[in-house]
Amino acid sequence: MSVIIGFLFMAAVYLILSRSLLRVIIGTGLLSHGAHLLILTMGGFAGPAPPVVADGVTDYVDPLPQALILTAIVISFGVTAFFLVMAYRAYQELETDNMTLLKGNDEHD
Amino acid sequence: MTNLLLFPILIPILTASVLLFFPKRIAAQRAVTVVGLVASIIAALFLLRTVMTDGVQAVTLGSWPAPFGISMVSDPLSVSLVLTSLLITLGVVVYSFRSIGEGREKYFYYPAILFMLTGINGSFTTGDIFNLFVFFEVLLLASYLLIVLGGEKRQLRESIKYILVNVVSSAFFVTTVAMLYSVVGSLNMADIAEKVTEIGQSGILTVIAVMLILVFGLKGAIFPLYFWLPGSYAAPPVPVLALFGALLTKVGVYAIIRTVTLLFPHDPGFTHELLMILAILTVIAGCIGALAYYDLKQIVIYNIIIAVGVILFGVAQMNMAGLEGAVFYLIHDMLIKAGLFMLIGVIIAITGTSNLREMGGLMKTYPGLAWTWLVAAFGLAGIPPLSGFFGKLLIVQGAFEADNLWGGIIILASSLIVLLSVIRIFIHAFWGEPMPVKGTSAGIYRGLLIPAVLVTALTVFYGVGTEWLRPLMWDAAEILHQPSIYIDAVLKE
Repeated sequence: MSVIIGFLFMAAVYLILSRSLLRVIIGTGLLSHGAHLLILTMGGFAGPAPPVVADGVTDYVDPLPQALILTAIVISFGVTAFFLVMAYRAYQELETDNMTLLKGNDEHD
Repeated sequence: MTNLLLFPILIPILTASVLLFFPKRIAAQRAVTVVGLVASIIAALFLLRTVMTDGVQAVTLGSWPAPFGISMVSDPLSVSLVLTSLLITLGVVVYSFRSIGEGREKYFYYPAILFMLTGINGSFTTGDIFNLFVFFEVLLLASYLLIVLGGEKRQLRESIKYILVNVVSSAFFVTTVAMLYSVVGSLNMADIAEKVTEIGQSGILTVIAVMLILVFGLKGAIFPLYFWLPGSYAAPPVPVLALFGALLTKVGVYAIIRTVTLLFPHDPGFTHELLMILAILTVIAGCIGALAYYDLKQIVIYNIIIAVGVILFGVAQMNMAGLEGAVFYLIHDMLIKAGLFMLIGVIIAITGTSNLREMGGLMKTYPGLAWTWLVAAFGLAGIPPLSGFFGKLLIVQGAFEADNLWGGIIILASSLIVLLSVIRIFIHAFWGEPMPVKGTSAGIYRGLLIPAVLVTALTVFYGVGTEWLRPLMWDAAEILHQPSIYIDAVLKE
């Protein structure tokens, strides 16, 4: 699991550092996937046990990481959707998706 | 147990939800926003009184006992920050009536402000670290909308960078929370603090502390993570800039204060030393930026960075004087930055440019604006009896008590540079030969100047009324200094 997380983070960093805006967004998606899997790993694995505590159930898994991942997935879904729409608008207005061309500012030095 | 502390979070979100139903009716939007904000301010004032008389207030959602349910905690620090944020937002909303333009008002400008306020107040109030992440996302999503609203080329270009930086830092935040959970097994900040005290702050916990400083430092713009701030903040229109500059970075600063005082206060030789060095570098970098630009917005934006450094330097001292000074300076800085940004908005509205070289001689035509600017500038630099003085005095005193002589001297020297940078605006914009200006109608000028003057007047009262506010600040600093008060209030219910 740790290897998968590390690989996801690696791919994410590579994509975020690339020039095309779309790749950058995919990179942020992968980064959040890596983070979510990390939460699951950090909660510890307990095999197929259910995340409920009831009478007679002795073998259960910590439900909190699952709740956290659910929240985090929803948030990253929303942010990614917003980011994609923004990238599309930016492409329409600025007529480029190349990050190096988006540099600089027009301040009065 | 009282639900009172939830009202400053719930009233804005309910108001914003109502506003979503009639986006095109501007008069109604304005009225409902102001009513919602005034109601939240009244609730926050009641809460302030309760916290002052009965001590720290805590409520656990869903009535789960404390370490399991999500706790919301209101101590003197968080309630005063909530109240300050609400007052500033009210000022900025009134200021927006004349400056933001109908186009933005019709496209969910006011709901976005209120949703952002929900996130800000929630971050100040929450006692649960994952909940802090959720409220951060609430305020960030609303801020993405505010920064891009209007869709100018420059806004689009800068907001892509802003979103990217914040998405990456959010992913780091989740990672850090996951690691913290695996080590400590809890998400409630009071519970974490207690467990860290029990098991001792081992190496991995110090790593987590540094990662948290990194995550919040990206939001709060400490050195070397402030690179995104000047460009992104200069892109949106002035009222949005005022809100961002006054509130958003301060949420990051507040989160750092909580981290180093409540969760990880046990290894000051490493974490606090690191924080102090970063704070001093932040101050120096901010000073260079503030002197380097001839752009009104950039000068004041770099002053935000200086202030963040000063506050964190006070926190890093970890003694009563330093912490009390940091709290004083934090609230002072929120108020004064809002005032300064509103005033440069007036200048930009009059001259039609933010380039200092293209303006001059406004003193003759707009004396009211000039004198307000001078008062705000002196307040920012900390000339007694204005608001910046007492906080800085305490921070420097704290530095001397903790034997950080050079740090204190650098903070003092930075005051001079701050004064120079804002007086440079005064000299270039208000003195000298009058330049031809675009001009603006008297109605708009008054509509912009009055809220700016009110916020500046608030900072003057904050400075003059120091003696009266002292008990509140003392309580706030005491809880930061002795986290056991906070822990007991949350867990002993």
